[in-house]
Amino acid sequence: MIEVVNISKTFDGKKVVSEISARFLEGQTNLIIGRSGSGKTVLLKCILGLHEADSGQILYDGRNFTQMKIKERKILRRELGMLFQGGALFDSLTVEENIRFPLDMFTPMSLKEKLNRVNFCLERVNISQANQLYPSEISGGMQKRVAIARAIALNPKYLFCDEPNSGLDPETATLIDDLIQSLTREFKMTTIINTHDMNSVIEIGESVLFLHQGEKCWEGSKSNILHSGNKVLNDFIFANKLYATLKNESREEG
Amino acid sequence: MNLLFHIGRYFWMLSRVFARPEKHKIYVKQLFHELEALGTSSIGIVVIISLFIGGILTIQLAYNLMNPLYPTQLIGLGTRDTLILEFSSTIMGLIMAGKIGSNITSEIGSMKVTEQIDSLEIMGINSASYLILPKIVAVVFVFPFLVILSIFFGLLGGMIVGPAVGVVSLTEYIDGIRYIFVPYYVTFSLIKSLFFGFLVASVPAYFGYFVQGGALEVGKASTRAVVSTNILILLFDLILTRLLLT
Repeated sequence: MIEVVNISKTFDGKKVVSEISARFLEGQTNLIIGRSGSGKTVLLKCILGLHEADSGQILYDGRNFTQMKIKERKILRRELGMLFQGGALFDSLTVEENIRFPLDMFTPMSLKEKLNRVNFCLERVNISQANQLYPSEISGGMQKRVAIARAIALNPKYLFCDEPNSGLDPETATLIDDLIQSLTREFKMTTIINTHDMNSVIEIGESVLFLHQGEKCWEGSKSNILHSGNKVLNDFIFANKLYATLKNESREEG
Repeated sequence: MNLLFHIGRYFWMLSRVFARPEKHKIYVKQLFHELEALGTSSIGIVVIISLFIGGILTIQLAYNLMNPLYPTQLIGLGTRDTLILEFSSTIMGLIMAGKIGSNITSEIGSMKVTEQIDSLEIMGINSASYLILPKIVAVVFVFPFLVILSIFFGLLGGMIVGPAVGVVSLTEYIDGIRYIFVPYYVTFSLIKSLFFGFLVASVPAYFGYFVQGGALEVGKASTRAVVSTNILILLFDLILTRLLLT
């Protein structure tokens, strides 16, 4: 479980994240949603330590990340997996080398063991025959799946995904969502997904945190998000005509 | 104030670059990769430029030393000393800042804007050390060899062009390049090359590592890196010449 307590972050005098507290539970997909500029990426980067929070605490299963020394943070980070918006695969390495990279860096495994692990991870994300291809030679959806394979290579306890569906067609986006959810359950990871894709919310939003102008505005799950009664949240959700239609239909049926 | 900020951040970056590597084996592998990418690939341009400059220097010196009172050996001597003292270390450093420097900024800058550097940090890897240390070591190691290569091919260029255009005979030219040879000039040139190598790798790496934005900013950072490196090379040239030659 990851717990954030009263996290704030200011850039050039402007408060981007303001006193946010939340719990992200193990074995489920925790979504942070909100408009562009609502502070969700900054919050995610604070949790990861890429931005230093001005105040508040971040607890990884009770371990206070904000008070850790650099060396302790480096050790903790080996328990993290991250899927970046663009995949962030290393251009100069092949698919296989990309996934092998954290294993080369942090494990004493033999080459054979590492290759077995690479192939296991690739199988798990439904990719085959791509080991020797470079990131530029595969599609965006495949890049995302390779990035997931790399993220799970070291058996992380925590998985972070920043806009995992951006730039993908709806079918591939659903596949990526399903993959993240099934991996989360299979490996009992604490997964935090940063998105503004309502399809993802409805598909895999087991726990949803809605941010508005840097503040926590609503917290719940996919089962009650469409009927929250929160005006700001409703404006965000029903900006998408599909969901507005769905809501009207359910109201008529009700 | 802005300059102080950049100087402070540059030295902060260097303190991270020279931190203890996570896994030496991986760094050694990276070092060999960089030696090939930054060093071996520069040999061609060094040879071509040096051959031409050697030839041009010989013709210009011959033109300036046309007076029959000057011994013709001065043409070879002048070409040799210009190559050793200034061209093969400083001017080659400026040229390499353009070739190697822009390459380093764009490579690291692209990794920065596509979040590959963040990805390394999240894995618990010191990205500055992993990406920059092998480049600095490779360039500092390879620079003296490039200088020696440049001196050799510069002299060869003069040897080919001088007699070919008839401004100096082969014997006179060879006599000239052997005339009053001061070995310390080569030592001086090699010492300078070590400093310039460090600047050519570390300054562009700094501009790439802290780039913000997208592809456009990477291009701008690349230009700024080359300009800054060139200015620093000239500044260090002045300081080192004052300290080591006078």
